[in-house]
Amino acid sequence: MTLSPRIQEITSRRLNDLVLPTGGWSSEARSAALNRVQSLGLPSNRDEYWKFTPPETLTTAQVPPASLFVDVDESPVFGNIDRLKLVFVDGVFDAAASDQLALENVTIERLGESKDRDDHWGREVYGVLEQSGQVPVARPLAALNTAFATDGILIHVRGTPSKPINLVYVHSNETSDAILHHVIKVNPGAECTILESGPAAARFNKCMEIDIADGGALHHVRAQGRDHERRAATHMFARVAANALFKSFTLTVNGRLTRNEIFVELLGRNSMAHVAGACVGDGDFHHDDTVFVTHAAEDCKSRQVFKKVLRNGATGVFQGKILVKPDAQKTDGYQISQSLLLDGDSQFLAKPELEIYADDVACSHGSTSGAIDEGELFYLRARGIEQAEATDLLTLAFLNEAVSEIDNEELADEIQSRLAAWLMRHRPS
Amino acid sequence: MLDIKNLHVDLEEEDKSILKGVDLHVDAGRVHAIMGPNGSGKSTLSYVLAGRDGYTVTQGSVSLRGDDLLSLEPEERAAKGLFLAFQYPVEIPGVGNMTFLRTAVNAQRKARGDSEMSATDFLRMTREKAKQLQIDADMLKRPLNVGFSGGEKKRNEILQMVILEPRLCILDETDSGLDVDAMKLVAEGVNALRDDGRGFLVITHYQRLLDHIKPDVVHIMVDGRIAKSGTSELALEVERNGYADILAETAL
Ligand SMILES: Nc1ncnc2c1ncn2[C@@H]1O[C@H](COP(=O)(O)OP(=O)(O)OP(=O)(O)O)[C@@H](O)[C@H]1O
Ligand SMILES: [Mg+2]
Repeated sequence: MTLSPRIQEITSRRLNDLVLPTGGWSSEARSAALNRVQSLGLPSNRDEYWKFTPPETLTTAQVPPASLFVDVDESPVFGNIDRLKLVFVDGVFDAAASDQLALENVTIERLGESKDRDDHWGREVYGVLEQSGQVPVARPLAALNTAFATDGILIHVRGTPSKPINLVYVHSNETSDAILHHVIKVNPGAECTILESGPAAARFNKCMEIDIADGGALHHVRAQGRDHERRAATHMFARVAANALFKSFTLTVNGRLTRNEIFVELLGRNSMAHVAGACVGDGDFHHDDTVFVTHAAEDCKSRQVFKKVLRNGATGVFQGKILVKPDAQKTDGYQISQSLLLDGDSQFLAKPELEIYADDVACSHGSTSGAIDEGELFYLRARGIEQAEATDLLTLAFLNEAVSEIDNEELADEIQSRLAAWLMRHRPS
Repeated sequence: MLDIKNLHVDLEEEDKSILKGVDLHVDAGRVHAIMGPNGSGKSTLSYVLAGRDGYTVTQGSVSLRGDDLLSLEPEERAAKGLFLAFQYPVEIPGVGNMTFLRTAVNAQRKARGDSEMSATDFLRMTREKAKQLQIDADMLKRPLNVGFSGGEKKRNEILQMVILEPRLCILDETDSGLDVDAMKLVAEGVNALRDDGRGFLVITHYQRLLDHIKPDVVHIMVDGRIAKSGTSELALEVERNGYADILAETAL
């Protein structure tokens, strides 16, 4: 495939400014990824999966600046949860602000630090899951990430650690352009929770590859920061073996542009993937969830639950696919994407897809877009609850189906309270 | 307590008038029943009193304990002590019954300048009142009215009423869908609230509820007007003969 001159131009301009890290166990994967970006070309609005989200600001050589947001009115997300904290400032690991990279049953290393060990386990995952996620839909920003990531964390989960690992992303520079790549490998029967929080940078390109062996489980909960002007393109690639579990939930409030891609392959029998997200946007907010779940084995279960609350011209996008391969009999696939439009200016664009090649499957999908139900609102007001509070109550109820996908009650409460606080702050005056 | 004068109401969306000059006066301490054929405007009256959108008042006035009711928002009317037990209680998935009750109680207390009720006090009070209405703990935990049977929804309305202790209670066909025992429970709930400071407007099709809740006055609504008012005898008459006689009288 030859690229159009326009795409070639965009791609080479972006790549020219980046330096390919060399040496060590990841260098082969990085050069291969560089070739991938060059042949795929960076995304443009002509690409089938970029029709609803303008990719331009994610691909420019120059970072569109984003002013810093100081959230004095809220304590840090997950701050009250017993966790191992690993801090990145504008995409650079900050050892002084972080806890020791030590937690029982887990080995944690910094991507840059382990780069010279040629036999590193990371070789089996780094860029490998990303590469397999390039088919059937190209994700060039993820390939760019694999090639040029400057930092990241390698987590090898060998058992079940007592507390979650929290990757905290601090944004301190108005023109920071961060590229982080994390790799997580979960051993058979092991189980771990990964938390992510914060805006990370003016522009953030993050890739996370997750390899879960038989009977393993990975729980992921993330809260993308409150910065209004930040931009982010994130990818998660998960490979799930037999009897294993992958669960991911994302909370997004604010942000000028967010594209979260999740690519999950259920490769072993009786495995499960739940991906969910709740986002709330007011004004200059564009949020895109692009999810691709492949059922490649029998008896697997997947759920996609995405809820968006939009007002004042905010835009929400959902592109979600369930692909069921011929051998994946007894697949149970569920997908729901819903938006609550709090006014007539906001919009929700949805592209739900099912592609099924097995005959004994149960798959359902639905997508709706609606306003607050007048009858429900009146009922609450008739009991003395003010209109603004009643609206918040109904909005939280709408989001609840996504939030309740989080197993851990403490984490679910944390997310719920952030949403409630956001709604309170964004009440129409 | 409640003073409705010459109330005319049209539907907002279409050019249709529903209430055509309702006059009704309810004193504190009294129970008024409203009966009348289907579609005569009973629920419309109750919605207009509670402040629901979709109606235009073209003439007349309503005052509740001296306040101009029609100028208030629904939540303000509730805070002033108006309560409507809905003919069709609304199901709200995702909002827990208990959370809803507590939010409502505290919202009304706040509007009246009282402090919030503590979580433990609220829990104790709610459990006790729920028990009297034979509403079990499970129903309190479930999402508001979701999956409740018809009778459970009605009992849940009465629970809200006894918890909120309103000044004017409007019950719109709370008896329909209730079994004999549940009807008794509901009537007991209402009777327990009866006192000198409180008024009731009980909309019903059946004499049976009025056996348990003795009304002081019975009104018959026909085609958007109070066509006839009388003592509890009037309800018995309707039970025996239907509305034919009254319709014939008013047609004259
Ligand atoms: N939103 C609406 N759109 C169209 N017609 C309406 C609307 N609301 C009420 N009506 C009409 O107004 C009339 C009065 O309705 P209402 O519900 O008040 O009657 P009701 O006396 O409560 O009847 P029932 O005994 O059956 O409950 C009916 O003819 C009804 O169809
Ligand atoms: Mg009615």
